[in-house]
Amino acid sequence: MQQPVELPDRIEVGPVIDEGHSLASVSDKIGGIVLKRKTTLGWIFGFLISFVVLQNLMASATWLFLKGVGVWGINIPVGWGFAIVNFVWWIGIGHAGTLISAILLLLNQSWRNAINRFAEAMTLFAVMCAGMFPVLHTGRPWLAYWLFPYPNTMDLWPQFRSPLLWDVFAVSTYFTISAVFWYVGLIPDLATLRDTSKKRWQQVTFGLLAMGWRGSARHWQRYEKASLLLAGLATPLVVSVHTVVSFDFAVSMLPGWHTTIFPPYFVAGAIYSGFAMVLSLMIPLRHFYGLQDVITMRHLNNMAKVTLATGLIVGYGYIMEAFFGYFSADVYEKFMIWNRMTGPYAMFYWTLILCNVITPQFFWFKRIRTNVFVLWCLSIVVNIGMWLERFVIVITSLHRDFLPSSWSMYWPTVWDWLTFTGTLGFFMTCIFLFIRVLPSITIFELRMLLPGARVKEPIAQ
Amino acid sequence: MSVHTVDDLHPIYGIMAEFETPGELVEAARRTREAGFRNFDAYSPYPLHELDEAMDLHDNRVSLFTLIGGLLGCVGGFGLCAWCMAVALPLNIGGRPLVSVPMYIPITFECTILIAGLTAAISMLMMNGLPRPYHPVFNVERFANASRNKFFLCIESDDPGFNRVDTARFLESLDPEEVAEVAR
Repeated sequence: MQQPVELPDRIEVGPVIDEGHSLASVSDKIGGIVLKRKTTLGWIFGFLISFVVLQNLMASATWLFLKGVGVWGINIPVGWGFAIVNFVWWIGIGHAGTLISAILLLLNQSWRNAINRFAEAMTLFAVMCAGMFPVLHTGRPWLAYWLFPYPNTMDLWPQFRSPLLWDVFAVSTYFTISAVFWYVGLIPDLATLRDTSKKRWQQVTFGLLAMGWRGSARHWQRYEKASLLLAGLATPLVVSVHTVVSFDFAVSMLPGWHTTIFPPYFVAGAIYSGFAMVLSLMIPLRHFYGLQDVITMRHLNNMAKVTLATGLIVGYGYIMEAFFGYFSADVYEKFMIWNRMTGPYAMFYWTLILCNVITPQFFWFKRIRTNVFVLWCLSIVVNIGMWLERFVIVITSLHRDFLPSSWSMYWPTVWDWLTFTGTLGFFMTCIFLFIRVLPSITIFELRMLLPGARVKEPIAQ
Repeated sequence: MSVHTVDDLHPIYGIMAEFETPGELVEAARRTREAGFRNFDAYSPYPLHELDEAMDLHDNRVSLFTLIGGLLGCVGGFGLCAWCMAVALPLNIGGRPLVSVPMYIPITFECTILIAGLTAAISMLMMNGLPRPYHPVFNVERFANASRNKFFLCIESDDPGFNRVDTARFLESLDPEEVAEVAR
């Protein structure tokens, strides 16, 4: 990693890391959150609420296993209800983590260093939530291993030409590689925790997790190479995952799904919602843990800019969808887009436009990008908007298909809502546990950002 | 400056010097190498690219293994699709080809990334000799700071030029904060 390049317009917003920090102080500050700081009442309160909400998932999944998918609101023609809406939403949220950790590493954006660990953890938890939905949606989750190709007594193999099977491979690869990348990034920080912890059980736990990392130059050299390679591999991977998710729709022959713009539009939407989620989580984190000096205004400002840019791409996607419907000269395509805008779900569509096209326009203004509270509120609006987008794509394309006699409405049942809110509880429970037991900011990368951390004199003197 | 000795009877792992700044460590590593030492290592709380030059480190085997892993994943992924669909369970669906290459690309790609990524991480750990929870360098009490804010250089006793007295004197000449023997 080279010296961070300080461009004049960036200095206005502030440095990546505030002055007055030293190698020791960043280590103690971030490590201290895990090791020294007492569990605060706020943490216990937040964790308990999340954990209670997580019980929604336990209850609704139990009921689902007892009764079958009939407890959900799905019907024919809307066979893909909340399960797929939430699957796509969650997996999209995960994408910002990989973008921050991999793509911004390749682009040498040093500001990512403070936020990548947290964003990657968010990716892992979001992919876990996402992965639950298709498995529950199969109706017989105990047979979910049938999705994988393995020699079996039935002599059957999965259909490799199906985008649904591509999804199995894409999502499981994505989870595995994200987890590996995240863990590799954690190793040096776990060593820091091992060396600074005072309690025996902490030393043993972190010692085992750190695998005996000792910061040897020979190790660092291979470590950096492996990190760079993992980043290079994760970059096309993250693009491929949401592309494959969009293939689930685009490869079908259904008006509203069968469009070529889906892959780029889905990827942009994923990054858009993911960055919004990072903002939604990081703003409270930096507030409650007093991390304003390492997660600076520059981070928030840059993330708001990325949200704006991807939001504009998403807006372009909406315009193109409407244009394709009109320009196709196909009665079903035209009807689909007309039904989407004026049919029974029109309110969802226009709320989505309000959330995803109008809201990001506020990010043009620096006063809004640097106002933490407004930024947080807008990021929540974006999250809701992206959830509505998935709802509109899935439901409005399905509910009025080719034959009016088979038209139907889809409304989620209480079990749908419990499952969805339950995964939100699961996600937040994981986030709370993560910030308590692991360093949520990459300590060793922060050290590299400090003044004096670089070798000033050239060595060949 | 006095050298912290372990005890004179037992063999030691090496002698370690502690430095305050990364610049001093890089300079020390360069001079150690120039003095003819080869079995030595530098320890820092974050990666220092200058050390790679100073210690003449350029191990590219992680990249090579990752490439091999990626190629195996690529061939394996495509082979899995083609074998399942054309050999194990050939289904004639409207006369479409059994080996329908474009439809196999997504899974081929995912398998490439999966195997390459796992190879990168595992080969890095294996070549670093990790996991290895115990290592003699941890016997130096102040080495706990190697993962926090201090920089260390250790000349190992299996180096041909190692001598318990002379090497300690050489390390002291590098202007370190402290020099200590590392118990085995």
